[in-house]
Amino acid sequence: MSKIKPSKGSPYARILGVGGYRPARVVPNEVILETIDSSDEWIRSRSGIRTRHWANDEETVSAMSLEAAGKALAAAGIAAEQVGAVVVSTVSHFEQTPAVATEIAAKLGTDRAAAFDISAGCAGFGYALTLAKGMVVEGSAEYVVVIGVERLSDLTDLEDRATAFLFGDGAGAVVVGPSDEPGIGPTVWGSEGDKSDVIKQTVSWNRYRVGDLDELPLDSAGRVKFPAITQEGQTVFRWAVFEMAKVAQQALDAAGIGPDELDVFIPHQANERIIDSLFKTLKLPETVTVARDVRTTGNTSAASIPLAMDRLMETGEAKSGDTALVIGFGAGLAYAATVVTLP
Amino acid sequence: MAATQEEIVAGLAEIVNEIAGIPTEDVQLDKSFTDDLDVDSLSMVEVVVAAEERFDVKIPDEDVKTLKTVGDAADYILKHQS
Repeated sequence: MSKIKPSKGSPYARILGVGGYRPARVVPNEVILETIDSSDEWIRSRSGIRTRHWANDEETVSAMSLEAAGKALAAAGIAAEQVGAVVVSTVSHFEQTPAVATEIAAKLGTDRAAAFDISAGCAGFGYALTLAKGMVVEGSAEYVVVIGVERLSDLTDLEDRATAFLFGDGAGAVVVGPSDEPGIGPTVWGSEGDKSDVIKQTVSWNRYRVGDLDELPLDSAGRVKFPAITQEGQTVFRWAVFEMAKVAQQALDAAGIGPDELDVFIPHQANERIIDSLFKTLKLPETVTVARDVRTTGNTSAASIPLAMDRLMETGEAKSGDTALVIGFGAGLAYAATVVTLP
Repeated sequence: MAATQEEIVAGLAEIVNEIAGIPTEDVQLDKSFTDDLDVDSLSMVEVVVAAEERFDVKIPDEDVKTLKTVGDAADYILKHQS
């Protein structure tokens, strides 16, 4: 048997830089109330959301990703040519082929970096971060750009009063690279596909083939509705708070981080009520800084954790070297939690 | 030892007080969680999970929707507690 030479990676990996992009258009609750029967007070009390950003035609998945990734590379002090891989997590890029990551890798100016997309819903950032860590430690890429990006406004039913106010658009990116010390803890992740109908797309794209058009859902003006994300609110809330508190605790335990050693908590920005209840259920000390980017950004699925991380560092609420617990959870039902050192 | 209806209502009152800040004396059998006690659908989930732990009972999501009043919840727990 011939002997295969192994690849050589770094002993550990860490996040070296973070960057975010929020579309220019800020959409207040008043705009949402044009299509649903609700109130600003109801939306705020159920979700904490005051405003969200919606992308225009130029703010494509690719364009938003480039902005966020460019900022993350600059913050990390890493040149695009040094990037070995680009991993993009999204559920709202509407061309299946090719992967949008390839276009981003080229436009960033990488030297033919490996590039691919993943789909893991709101857990996508944690999934992509875990892949990136693996690549750096295993040696198949020295520096990896991880991007979470969504245009969820394209997947929102503006006439559904349970979800119309929830979603927003944006991109968040981090650069993962080699480190002498562990900067990304063990990932606690998984999926519960037996509950996959709890968060789902209303209609399959296959139904839009010519011939099936008569059976498609219509909006109040009689126009064919596009697919949208729908969810069973109470069931999701229960899972997101009480099951995810266990997962978050497991991630802290796996990293050997006690409550007093934690500086920052960055849960997926789904809904402020989930964030509040998770924080309470986890019994984290009041000294821990909690990300509440959802208030002005809405739920941006895979983009929410890096966007919230970027915001906390920009405002100075979190600083370089802080220890942060990140946890993503959503459609699938897929989840991923880990402890990281902030860049 | 299974709890009596009286103990269950007292327990629910403490839970609703803790989660929604409603005075315990307001939590009566005929009171509706949403209409009288200001417990919205998400707070109701927290109430249910706390009640599950306290009374050693399982309340699945599809049954939560049927629990309109404090009395509904007390009867459910009384019937299903192990």
